[in-house]
Amino acid sequence: MSARLKALLLVTPLIVFLGLFFLWPLWMMISTAVQGGTVRLAFPQTATAIASWDGSGPPPAELQAALVRDLRADTPQERFGDAVRTLNSQQAGFRTLLPRTARTVREAAEADPIDLATVDPRWSDQAYWLAMKRSMPAYTDANLLAAIDLKRSDDARIEPVEADFAVNRAIMLRTFVIAIQVTLLCAAIGLPFAMLTASLSGWKRNALLIAVLLPLWTSLLVRTAAWLILLQDNGLINQTLRAIGLIDSPLSLIYNRTGVLIAMTHVLLPLMVLPIYASLIAIPRNLMPAAAALGAAPLQAFRHVLLPLAMPGLLSGSLLVFMVALGYYITPALTGGAGDQMISSVIAFYATGTANWGMAGALGLFLLVPTTVLYIVYSRLSRTPLVQT
Amino acid sequence: MREPDSFIHFEAISKVFGAVTVVDALDFHVARGEFVSLLGPSGSGKTTLLMMLAGFETPSGGSIHVDGRRVEHLPPHKREMGVVFQNYALFPHMTIAENVGFPLKMRGVARSERDARVKRALDLVRLGHLADRKPSQLSGGQQQRIALSRALVYEPKVVLMDEPLSALDKQLREHMQLEIRALHRDLGLTVIFVTHDQGEALTMSDRVAVLNRGKIEQFDTPSGLYDRPRTRFVAEFIGETNLLAGRVAQRSGEAATVALASGASVTCDRGAAFDTAQEVMVSVRPEMLHLVQDASADNALPVTIEDHVYHGDHIRLHLACGESRLVARAGRRDAAPPIGSKAFASFAPGDCSLVAP
Repeated sequence: MSARLKALLLVTPLIVFLGLFFLWPLWMMISTAVQGGTVRLAFPQTATAIASWDGSGPPPAELQAALVRDLRADTPQERFGDAVRTLNSQQAGFRTLLPRTARTVREAAEADPIDLATVDPRWSDQAYWLAMKRSMPAYTDANLLAAIDLKRSDDARIEPVEADFAVNRAIMLRTFVIAIQVTLLCAAIGLPFAMLTASLSGWKRNALLIAVLLPLWTSLLVRTAAWLILLQDNGLINQTLRAIGLIDSPLSLIYNRTGVLIAMTHVLLPLMVLPIYASLIAIPRNLMPAAAALGAAPLQAFRHVLLPLAMPGLLSGSLLVFMVALGYYITPALTGGAGDQMISSVIAFYATGTANWGMAGALGLFLLVPTTVLYIVYSRLSRTPLVQT
Repeated sequence: MREPDSFIHFEAISKVFGAVTVVDALDFHVARGEFVSLLGPSGSGKTTLLMMLAGFETPSGGSIHVDGRRVEHLPPHKREMGVVFQNYALFPHMTIAENVGFPLKMRGVARSERDARVKRALDLVRLGHLADRKPSQLSGGQQQRIALSRALVYEPKVVLMDEPLSALDKQLREHMQLEIRALHRDLGLTVIFVTHDQGEALTMSDRVAVLNRGKIEQFDTPSGLYDRPRTRFVAEFIGETNLLAGRVAQRSGEAATVALASGASVTCDRGAAFDTAQEVMVSVRPEMLHLVQDASADNALPVTIEDHVYHGDHIRLHLACGESRLVARAGRRDAAPPIGSKAFASFAPGDCSLVAP
């Protein structure tokens, strides 16, 4: 057996794992987001017939007949349900309209001609037919557009959805704002912390490193629950502040943005400290003394020597924190208020609440793209280290 | 109370780390334009002394004056000294020109003037063509010269060098020694140079302070140290020496007659520091020992030739003189007496020194 083959065998489990649990779900997510096939699958004859209708004027008789034939066909319940959900997201009303029509059609005799408008007057409303036509293509941008509060109008132009339903953009923006705030907080705390840690030695350095690593070894839920106890109105922090007379009424530290930022910063701090620490201890020990000897005051030495050399670590840490923060879900859900939920909670709502996998996938895609772009930036930066040893 | 030629003055300077006294109440002067080496084994306090001068260590006691001004409580960046570090300490994220321009930038020198002075400083070490490189693209010797040029660019009063050549190979080191010497001479710099390499200290310095356990054993010119060591430590640390134990039998003027443990008696011209009956060691450099057949020659000691070892430019003769072993150095043209033969090892009274045992 050649060495190459042996090496390949060694990494096979990894490749299989990556393919099965990473690439395949990713691909499924992307394809679900753009698949419009649910309606087409449930109503194949309608799909063919509706293609020749240009959308103006009342739907022709053969289109209505095709729909009746599809409704009569023995479509699996699950597939029918998926189609109804998709249609309903395009045009409210399908959820009641289709099951009722299907029931009537199936109860009627095989040969009887059925006038859909008499089954339900909504069938004479062109909007329902147009929604059906829009839902027919095998691939659709409906979910992607909906994810950023856009939709196709009846004449296929892209237009914003009604203001009442336009929440995704705001939540997406909020997600990015929270991620940036957390990144800045982590950098503001992490850089001095890493500098202090790198300047110490022996048990002091170890103690600081353990202090920052401890959150990594603790369950996310436990950490978040601990913050609930500390930050609530009668929590430790408010009681202490009141006891020493700094405040009269409790500060609201939780179930708002403050709580989210505190808890997320705490959880993500190690991801900031460790890369900075790594870049700091790689700096030759005599550079700062050299800067001082050459006439640099401490602040100048920091600005011109230490900071540029710590920059790769600071950037990697920031990107890492930002990318991870984008996808946060549990912590904002537990420590934030209604106005602090991040995009992941919307994705969770679509995925587990309404089983609208298309929307969940589309929103996920909008989270995946910036993350991927940032990752590429990150790998570029980490490939060209400033300190060459 | 300054001596007229005292540019740098260490006054009763000490440094204590915990229970260890690293620098022990040192007192010495360095003149303007002088090249002074601090030489000693590791742990002798030479680097600590330099770090106190540069401002990285605070003295536990005493004071340091530079050009008439007390500096021991000034932070490093206000001491106006050029420091060259052991591993060059070039800033890896800056180009060579930026590295050399750094001290000027910190002093707020305008860009145009900075560029001109950087160019001059780089030309000084003949590396002007490397201005746009990064330090990692340079060889060790080039990095060393850049570090030197960076320390000189703002024309500091004093240049401190902490074993700057220890990372270079032998040939490059010797070349750099000459280069630093030339810069010192041409620019009239005052240089304090720390080294543990006695050869380096002897070749480069005007004067050498030999340090041992935080004290100065001897502060002298290179030839003074080599030819007239005042302590056993200096005699053994600088070059190679033969030590003969004995007791002062008689003093006459500067000269002293020493009765050796082996029974023989030798005379030394420099014995003023010792009294009669005091135990001493006679230090004779190997090249000062001559093999003769004449028992009446100066300070003739009966020896047996045990071995000769060929060293290319010279031959080393290993001699047995009673219980003690001596080493003599003979020119390659000298006919070495056969191994096992007997002879006398003789040295002139002016070619030896007396040191305390």
